[in-house]
Amino acid sequence: MTSEYDFLKKFLKSRSGLVLSDEKQYLVESRLMPVARRHNLNGLSELILAISKPGSMMLQSDVVEAMTTNESFFFRDKSPFENFRKVMLPHLLEARKSRRSARIWCAAASTGQEPYSLSMYLKEDKAKVGGFRFEILGTDISNEVLEKARTGIYSQFEVQRGLPIQMLLKYFSQQGELWQMAPEIRAMVQWRKLNLLENFSHLGEFDIIFCRNVLIYFDQQTKIDVLNRIYRQLPDDGFLVLGAAETVVGLTDSFEPYPDLRGVYRKKQAASRPAGSTNRPERPSAKPSTSRSSIQALAGGSRF
Amino acid sequence: MKKCLVVDDSSVIRKVARRILEDIGFEVTEAEDGQKALDACIASMPDAVLLDWNMPVMDGLEFLGRLREEHGGDEPVVVFCTTENDVAHITKAIRAGANEYIMKPFDREILSAKFQEVGLV
Repeated sequence: MTSEYDFLKKFLKSRSGLVLSDEKQYLVESRLMPVARRHNLNGLSELILAISKPGSMMLQSDVVEAMTTNESFFFRDKSPFENFRKVMLPHLLEARKSRRSARIWCAAASTGQEPYSLSMYLKEDKAKVGGFRFEILGTDISNEVLEKARTGIYSQFEVQRGLPIQMLLKYFSQQGELWQMAPEIRAMVQWRKLNLLENFSHLGEFDIIFCRNVLIYFDQQTKIDVLNRIYRQLPDDGFLVLGAAETVVGLTDSFEPYPDLRGVYRKKQAASRPAGSTNRPERPSAKPSTSRSSIQALAGGSRF
Repeated sequence: MKKCLVVDDSSVIRKVARRILEDIGFEVTEAEDGQKALDACIASMPDAVLLDWNMPVMDGLEFLGRLREEHGGDEPVVVFCTTENDVAHITKAIRAGANEYIMKPFDREILSAKFQEVGLV
């Protein structure tokens, strides 16, 4: 079904900006078979033939919807970004005020909307953030999506999902039917190809790690392994942000939910920590962190 | 239930928008041009207006200006929904008092997201 797959790829790219990389081929069947059944079509070939015909607007929009459900969009789910702005950012501005810098990692950055959303909020809050250096790193397994993230060029569909119109006017420039993220926002994010299954200790320590909607694709043991390795990249008062449908519960005891912040986790605090642990946590406090972990020291020379 | 007035001269667009808006919990009424929409608003202000730009009799921009001058006309949340997709048009609409702006073609995701954006969903 190669030529059909190519047609579908082009269709989705033009309709939604979705880059259907070859490693996502498995998604096509699971997402589109239900759509085919709903429209009384016999299998994927019939479905793809049907969307190529004029007058199939409803079907086309159902196909795009089914395929983009888990795609990245600006300010996706809203609350992680509100939590960033209202809780995590003020905490870091206080706790890192002597160092005047902080690092954020978006571990499944896809086409870049998540790190760019954070960058736009940092720009919006520049009066408070001024003089502070934020490093934002976006990583993804796919070169194809990273290339798109780097250019910061989005389709009309993509800039309308989750992005307020005022922010579109403020932070994008129009290029025909496409919109490009402003250079000053693009300059705030660095990109790197990374497979979360492989070692990532060389990236150094991060004050906030966004790892949203990627663990769901892993099996239990892999989830545990990734979470344990993420733990080692966080300082004691660091934040881990997972997707809306994800949790650490049942996977690891080293994290606990951050009080009153849905989807946000922190290292387990002293009182409730199981015995035998070597990594001494300290409470997130208003004071600058005094004991940086050894990873920070190791990473000191390898900032990028 | 929140009320949304869908203003568009295309009955197909009105039908598609109605289906989505009803799914996300709106009671939907329709108007096919700006004048009819204005009459409907004067009779009973909706909570939201989904507004096309280019229409016969009275276009969307003129409707918006007239609506905002009416008693209680600053209340409805107005979301433009038009094929006009350049910065100049968007800026003009926002200055005239539009709360959000959708560039056609739209889908369920966009419509829902924009109504979330203005705090109605």
